This record gives sequence, C-alpha cells and structure tokens, in this order.
Amino acid sequence: MDSIYRALAEIVGEEYVSDRKEELFTYSKDLGTSEPQWPDYVAAPKTTQEVSSIIKMANEHKVAVVPLGGGMSLAGLALPLKGGIELDLKRMDRILELNEKGRYMIAEAGVSHGKITSCLHKNAPHLMHSEPGAPPAATIGGNLAIHGQGDLAHPYGFNSDMINGMEVVLPTGEICRFGSCALGNDWYTMHPLPDVNLFLGWSGSTGIITKVSLRLFPCKKIREQDVFVVEDEELVPEILYEITHTGLAEDIVVVSQEIPPPFNRLHYILINVTGDFREELEFKRQFIFDYRLSKYIREGTGGIGAAGQDIERPVVSKTSDWRKGGGFEYVGSIVPVSAYPECYRRGVEISARHGIPYTVLGRVIGAGHGMMFSFTYAFNRADEDTVSHARQALHETDEVVLELGGTLWKPAVFGQKLLMDRMDPNTLQIMKKVKDMMDPNGIMNPGNWEVA
Amino acid sequence: MLQLDFDQNICLACETRDCLTKCQYMDLDEKQAGEEIQKIINGEESRVLHDCRTCYACEEYCPAGNHPFYLIVSRQEELGIDPLPAPIVKQGVQVGIPFRGEPEIEEINGPVLNMGVFSPLSSLARGRLFEGLTLISTDSRKMHHFFCQLMYLHFARISVINHRLPGVIETIDSYKPTEVVHFHDECYGTYTSYAPAFGIEVPFRSIHLFEHLYNRLSELKSEIQPLNYRVAYQRPCSSRLSPDAHGFVDKIFEMVGVDHVLRKYEDENALCCGSTIISQKKDGSRRSCLDQQKKNIEDMKQAGAQLCIFNCPACMQTMGKQVAEHGIMPIWMSDLCRMAIRELPA
Amino acid sequence: MAQTQYQYMDIIHRCFRCGYCKFPLDWQDVDNCPSYARYRMESYSNGGRLWLIRAWVTGEIDWSPHLADIVYSCASCKNCEEKCPLSFSDEIVNMVTAARNIMVDQGLVPQPVKKFLENVQLHGNPYGLSAKKRSGWMEGLSVEKFVGQEFLYFAGSEGSFDTRAQSAARALARILQKAGVSFGVLGNDETDDGNEAELLGEDGLAEMLAEKNISRFKQAGAKKIITLSPHAYNAFKNTYPKHGGDFEVYHYTQVLAELIREGRIKAPELENTTITFHDPCFLGRWNNEYNSPRKILKSLGGANLAEMERSRKSALCCGGGSGNYYTDLLGGSPDSPARIRVRQASATGADILAVACPNCLTMLEDAVKVEGLESEMAVRDICEILSGA
Repeated sequence: MDSIYRALAEIVGEEYVSDRKEELFTYSKDLGTSEPQWPDYVAAPKTTQEVSSIIKMANEHKVAVVPLGGGMSLAGLALPLKGGIELDLKRMDRILELNEKGRYMIAEAGVSHGKITSCLHKNAPHLMHSEPGAPPAATIGGNLAIHGQGDLAHPYGFNSDMINGMEVVLPTGEICRFGSCALGNDWYTMHPLPDVNLFLGWSGSTGIITKVSLRLFPCKKIREQDVFVVEDEELVPEILYEITHTGLAEDIVVVSQEIPPPFNRLHYILINVTGDFREELEFKRQFIFDYRLSKYIREGTGGIGAAGQDIERPVVSKTSDWRKGGGFEYVGSIVPVSAYPECYRRGVEISARHGIPYTVLGRVIGAGHGMMFSFTYAFNRADEDTVSHARQALHETDEVVLELGGTLWKPAVFGQKLLMDRMDPNTLQIMKKVKDMMDPNGIMNPGNWEVA
Repeated sequence: MLQLDFDQNICLACETRDCLTKCQYMDLDEKQAGEEIQKIINGEESRVLHDCRTCYACEEYCPAGNHPFYLIVSRQEELGIDPLPAPIVKQGVQVGIPFRGEPEIEEINGPVLNMGVFSPLSSLARGRLFEGLTLISTDSRKMHHFFCQLMYLHFARISVINHRLPGVIETIDSYKPTEVVHFHDECYGTYTSYAPAFGIEVPFRSIHLFEHLYNRLSELKSEIQPLNYRVAYQRPCSSRLSPDAHGFVDKIFEMVGVDHVLRKYEDENALCCGSTIISQKKDGSRRSCLDQQKKNIEDMKQAGAQLCIFNCPACMQTMGKQVAEHGIMPIWMSDLCRMAIRELPA
Repeated sequence: MAQTQYQYMDIIHRCFRCGYCKFPLDWQDVDNCPSYARYRMESYSNGGRLWLIRAWVTGEIDWSPHLADIVYSCASCKNCEEKCPLSFSDEIVNMVTAARNIMVDQGLVPQPVKKFLENVQLHGNPYGLSAKKRSGWMEGLSVEKFVGQEFLYFAGSEGSFDTRAQSAARALARILQKAGVSFGVLGNDETDDGNEAELLGEDGLAEMLAEKNISRFKQAGAKKIITLSPHAYNAFKNTYPKHGGDFEVYHYTQVLAELIREGRIKAPELENTTITFHDPCFLGRWNNEYNSPRKILKSLGGANLAEMERSRKSALCCGGGSGNYYTDLLGGSPDSPARIRVRQASATGADILAVACPNCLTMLEDAVKVEGLESEMAVRDICEILSGA
C-alpha cells in the first residue's frame, strides 16, 4: 500500500478512501461527453480540517487534487485531467446556521441544493435561495466554483453574487475566511473589505470552498408561472425588455425546442409571478400583460400560452433520455439579451448539422443585463457516433458563442482555451500570477484555467 | 374538400336569430343579427367573426340545427380572421402532431372507452362504473393519435380538423369497437355533431360518458348511498354540441343524491371557463376572462355550492384551482359517481 | 469479458447518474439510498452501480470481489425507483438483479451471499438450521396444522428460526387464536419463500422454492394466506402467480386492521406512549401498503403515533433487504442504514419503534443496542404490541 493512500486513510478514515478500480472508474467519468480521466485515489473528507490536511499532504507529494461536488457541471470540470486525488465533498453536508432575520444560511460546501430547499421549506417557508436548473444533487460549493445561476437570477444576478461569506482551503492548505466572518463576526456580508476573493468561477483551481454563507430571499406564498409565446425570435429581446421594465417577475426563461412539437420553432417565455395575495399577483399581471405586452397580443405576434401554472422544479435529467441514451451536455453562454435571436438560429443550425433535435434556453440575468443562453445536445451513451456528434456540436457552439460576442460559462478545457486565446494579455497575466502565487506546486484541479 | 352541411335558406328564413341574439358575449338585436348573418353567409367581414369568443353556444341556440358556429369558424379561417395570436395558433396546431410512434392496436370486438387526448387521466376511469369497457388511448406517448381535433374550432382551423380527423376515426375504428364511450364531451361532439355536419363518415357508435355513467348507476342503484352535497356544474363548451347528453347531468345528480343548486349561469346560460378567451387577440381579453371566471364562481358561491363538478379537463385545469380557493371543492363527474357507490375518488 | 446475456443491455446506458435516486421525496438529503448512505462513494449510489454494471457487462472492466460487494450492497428497497424521473425507473432494481443473475451463474458472488443461498438450498432457510426444526417456534402455542382452515399462516424463515423474530411469529399466532380466526400452519412442510433468493439473483432456487411452496399450499387446499413477513407477502403476491400459484395473500397487518375494525380484536391500552412506525420496503414501496399498519397503531389506546420525517414512500430502508439482514454488507458503521434509521426514530421522541417485518425487527433492534438507545426506545413488531407482549 502506498504512502499517499495511507496518508489519506489516516486523514479521512479507511472507509472513505479508495484506490480500487470500481471507485476510480466511477469517478473517471462525468455525465457529459468528456473522455474518461482516471484519478489515482478517491477520498471523501468530512471536515474542513480533513480537506486542509489532504491538501498539505498533496503538496508534499506534488499530487493533484480535484474537488467534486454534485458532479453536475457536465463539462468535465471535476475530472482529474492529471490523475491524483479526487475529493468527493458531499460528506461535508451540514447546514450550520439558519439566520432567518438576517436572511442567510451557513452551510458546508457539499450540501445539495435539494437539501437547502427542503430545509427552508420546513423551517423558514417565507425564505428561498436561488435554486439552479441542475438536478437537486448539485452542491452549493460546486455551483459557486462555476459561477452558477438559479431561479432568482433576474432579481439578484449570479448565485456567486449571493454570498455573504466563505471559508476556503487554499492550495497550500491554509484555511481562510472571507467577508465579515474573517473578523470573527457573523457571516452577514462579503463587502466592504478589500476584495481578495479569488475562488468564484475558478472551478476549484485556486482552492476548495468548504463553507458558504448563502443569501436568502423572500419567498412569496403564491408562486405561479405564466407563459407568453412568440414565433418571431427577433421579438424576444424587446419583449424581455418590456417585462424586465416592470421589475415584477421573479424569473424569466425563454425556451425553444424541436421536441415535443408544440415547442418547435416557437419561443416560450416563462414568467414566474409570485405574491403573498391573489391581488398582488393580479396587480403584477396587469402591468406585465395588459400594459407592457398588450401590443403584441393585439397585433397577434405574441400570446398568453398559459397562465397561473404551478411552478415545478425543472427536471433536466429528462433531457438525457430524449435519445433514450442517458446523456446530454450543453454549452452555457453568457450573452447580451439582444443576442437571443442569432443564438437561437445558430443553435438550430448546429443541431440540424449533427442530427440532434435542437434545444435552446435563455435565462435573464439581472434587469436584462445578460442572459445565460444554453445550447443543449442530447446523445445516446451507447452509441459512440451520437456522443461524438454531440462533442463536435459543443465545440462548434463554443466558437459560435465567441463569434457572437458571448462569453462561455463553465467552459470545458476546449472552451477555456478559446477564451484565453482571445483574452486581453494583461488579464491573462494577472490570472497566471494569481494561480502561480496561490498554487505554487500546481496541484489544484490542474489542466483547468491554465495559462500557457 | 369537405363541405359543411349548411342551408342558407334556413338562416334567411329564421325569425328569431337565436344564434346571435342569445350570444352572451355580443349584444345584438334581431335586426343587427340578421345583417351580420347575411354578411357571414356571403363570406364577408362581420364584427361577429372578430368578436366571437368561440364558446360553441350558438350551435345549441340554433333551433334548426343549421350549424352557425361551424359556419362562423369556417368564415374566420377563409377570411384570415384568427381569434388567437399567430404563435398561439401555431402552438395549438402543433400540439396535435403525434411524434412518438404508432399505437399498438388490438381488435376488441366489444365496447371501448376512448380517453382521446387525455390518457394521463386514465386513472379516473377505474372501478365498477367502468367494468366491461376496454380503455383505448391509455398511453400518453401515443394519445395524439386519438385526439379528436375539435379544439381547433377555437383556432379558426377547420382545415386542420378536416385534414386530420379521418385518420383519427380510422385509428379508433381499427379496434373494432361495438360501441365507443367517449370520456370527453369534445370527442362525443366530434363524432356525433361535427363529423356528420361535414359529411365525414363515422363507422362506430358513440355514447356520451354521462349516458354510460347513468346506465351503470342504474344497474348499481341498490348500492348508491346519497351523497347529499350541494353541487354546481361547470358546463364545457363542447357540451353545446350534444344538448341531448346534457340532460343526463341532472339525471345523474338525482341518482347520486346531490342537490344541483339553482344558478344564473346554467344550462343555456352557462359561462365558458375562459381557457381560450384568456389568450384571444381582442383587446382586454385577459381581463374579460378573469371577470367572467369571477362572475361564474361568485354565482356558484351565492347558490351555495359545496362542490363544482367538472367533466372537461380544460375547464378543470382553468378553473379547478380557482374554485378550490373559493372554498368549493372541484371534482370530476366520474369521481362523484364513484363516491356514490362508495368507491374512493381517483 | 463482455456478458452478452445481460437482460437489460437495451436500457442500462440510459441512467444519467443525476442523483435523484439518493433523495427521499421531499429532498431532505442525499442519504435515502441505504448503500450510498453507508459508503458515501458514487460507486454505491444506484446510478454509480448501474454504470459499473454496464461497464462490467460490456467488458469495460473486469469482475472483482469489490464489484460483487457493490452490486450486492443494494438492499432492493426501491427508493431509487420512487425518485428517478426517467421512464425506465421501474426497472432499476431489476437491472441490478439481472447482474446478480450472471454473478450467480458464474459463481462470482460475495461469500456471505454464497452461504445464504447454500443454506436456503440445503435447509430451506438462510440460517443453515435444520428444516426439521422449522416448527419449533410454535411450541406450547397449540397452533393447528393446516387442514383446510380459512387461512394458512406462513411464518417464514425469519419467524421460524430467528429467535427475535420468533417472538413476533408467536405473538401473531396468539392474536389470531384470540380473535377466533380459523387458521393453520404447515410446520415443517413450509420452506423459504424465495423472495431474497430471487433478488440475490438465484432464479433457479427461487423458482424451485416457489414451486415447492405452491404445491404444498395447493395440496393442503390453502386459498388464503397470511404472512408474517412483507418479503413473503411480496413473493406470494407478485411472483408466485407466475408459477401458477394464485392465492389470496395478506400481510398480517391487513388482516389485523380488519379484525380491529370488526371489533374482533380489542387493542390493548398503552399508557401515554409515543410510537413511531418504520415502513418496511416490501410492504410500502413494493406493495403500496402504508395504511393498514397505521390503522392498527392508531387504534391503540393511550398511544400517540409520531411520524418520522421520512416515512411512507420516503422511509429509509433498514438495510436488511436483498438478504442484507444476513449478508450484512451494509453493517459495521455509524452510517449503517439501520443505525441512521433508529436515530431518525429516536428524534421523534418515540418510546416504541414499531415495525411490521421480521427483518426490520432484527436489524433495528440490533441498531438500537449499538446506538445505546435501549433504555429510551424499544423495537416491537406491531403484532407484539397488539398481543401485549
């Protein structure tokens, strides 16, 4: 038995470390199109201290460490590109504090979004957090490490804008806190201390997020979804402008997909409208539909497709079964809302080229400041040809997004390279300096965000 | 091309103009009605074609069975006067496209229950009231093959109905049913009113769900325990195509021992649930839909209804939650009947 | 080497590994899959397990003892099937069982599983005890041999041989006697129900047991059967008809609930007692029976029924299914499902943790002891509570 295995077993306990083929196989694959990347060890720590000890040990051995949350990025961001230790953080699953009046919650990074939702539902039903569209097994740490967004993106922005404090294990093993908690205070704010928070969006390549203070927001009693349908994609940006002008929607998502037929070549603008009273909802609807959108209804270019539907948690996993094959991956891009029509057209085109029914979706971030636009490609895991088509479609899409002036969100290594190729050299240099300074041995999720 | 069996002489000779003077959504006197009817017959623009809420009621109001509603919808389509915005029409038309393979068909040679496009509601058709009926269209992936298409009357798309309906009839007939009980009013209306009006041959015999329920309850009469509720009934638009079957509502209510409350908006005066009105192009449609639903529910409340009985899934979807929020329990007609013989509702 | 005979090759690749299968219905946490809760490695979630099985049957990885442990650590509790949103969800447990079929055929099963199956084969019970002692549990009870009474009471292997479960088997016999129910037992002519043999992948053995039991039931003229164990109930109700055994099958809680309703049993008075109920997987998720046990418990005077946060379809399995009560592939840790479950039960403040399955009974009672909760909470089978034992 080698010394790294022994050290890991000593730190996390024999039961939570493995160098056996079955675990290595399981952790060598993620859910998307990435080729398998085999770790040498898998370990599942329970505490921040254990994470810190592992990192210190890994530095001694110069062995790579790759943190894994729910494993839902689909883009291979938690695959061990250079082997080493795969750290499954899902045993760090405690909710440590729920501060109702302060509207925040402190949780360990391995807590799933499903658990947060369930906890709030039970203990503070008038509060909610921004739940990502990912399956509920996605973890809060993982979601922050990739700058995720959720169903409160329209009023409050990226999920990574919704934190009041963080605890991080640095690539050299020190445990650091950021925000008011760094002063030993409650975890109620990230600002106004000098900003040294260099972990969000780095996919774990600058450290491992271990605890988070998550902002919570008012959760209205009555929560419903209305649907506005248009056929002309060119109308989507202006309609979103109209809706966001009211400031009265909670979440705005546009969906278009080839299957099932009712969604084909149409754009479903899903508008979540919430309120504590019926009158509050109706007041909001009057502004949105009778005032801002009436023009489109009158002209016959847009119409109410559904009203007052219950809001259900999206079941994106079903996408994986469209080709009866257990898989899909998407390019998530952050684009200006005005890019919707062209993104849609290009998505349709790329999908057709690869024989994949097209599926696109845009979620408004902020007051129309941006949009997460996803191009989804389903594949059949048992049919290598469809996997390779999906992979190719993803690469083509990465290029198209950049061509259209978009930014890739949580890009796979291929996309990271495209981004860095066109990045301002000075920006690139500061990224490199940060990485070199923080991770002198280059052990943290190596292969990701590596500046040549 | 299929032709509507419409005799303009009947309309021209009509003295009452009931089709338009009774309309709950347009205020026309006999003279105005006559003028508008003439325009519609001539294939000219008429305010009726723009203001129609597509509630089907004129089909029932016409004392001569001359199909005024089918004519209105035909003219809307011919003149390109869509009551709904174009994307909603496209969405609607695409809803009926089957995309998950063909249904597996077995010859039944007996009575069947046709769920139409409502396979997800198959669980309603359980228990002793449905014994002896073979359910068809139970697979929600294949249900569009059984979709009667009549919904497109709301969309000014007679052409879509006429194009698709013969295939649907063929599918149902391939089960070799001795008779077809239709779960939804709309299917029954399609095969007993619409298809004959357009000369589309229907080789099977259709039975309305209510008639079937009434007959089964009669057979199980000794087991019925009166439910003693005060109930309102939400009459769906497609019931206007089968006023004969509407008569079974009160017969069933009597049989299961519920009190059908006296309402203003009942029978001929029933109000549409609003599921299509909410999306119409005409200015103020959303609000007028809400106002109408409010009027409808207030009327139920004032009449003292404890339950609101639904049969149409669209009505249930549109109004079920709302009536519940007003303290009236929404319940399916089939469930009401099952409760009367001490079965648990689905 | 690829295992081309694998039955579910056409669907096994469809698992996306999205992790729904780990949750209870209300998303409380990812630990409602008993083997994932125990090991907390993706390989032990049912998603990971299906991916591993696929890798094995396609020849991507070779068999190993560890692979067999992973495949056999699934307790077949069907939590995954409740949560999986995909259309093949009702085949998940079957996909695992089909992999076990191949392992059995090739003699590649973990040692305790091998022992379990051998014992059942040789002695008609997993404990390897003499089949001649099967009727030992009813000594002194004057239970009649079945000779055409209304019900055949099937005590099963656990009720016949496990000392703890015997107490439940005896309690049930006493209640039935007291209520004047006409019933009899097969005694030494009874053999294992085969439910676990089938789940462990030994189809041939399961079939042989089914045929044996069916022929004895038929010979004796049995029409209605009461089972002590939900596992036997499941086998008789869902598997035996495939082998020509069509009987009216009841789990005992269904019969007792009815006897209480008819006033033929008077439920004892308890003094200010809080009871929580653990749903057995083979009664609940497998057979959708959640109400009968609760009806009985609600009829107890002086008792307050406190539900655990995870109950009914969301109940966490005790970890004993698929023979794990014997093979113990999930034991040995504070994270063993039985220990997590008794902590959940204890959190309700219950004085009694009620069960309705002899496997749950032994699993949870052992866990209560290990957790040091003995003085606070007793584990009782519902029939024991009802008989005042």
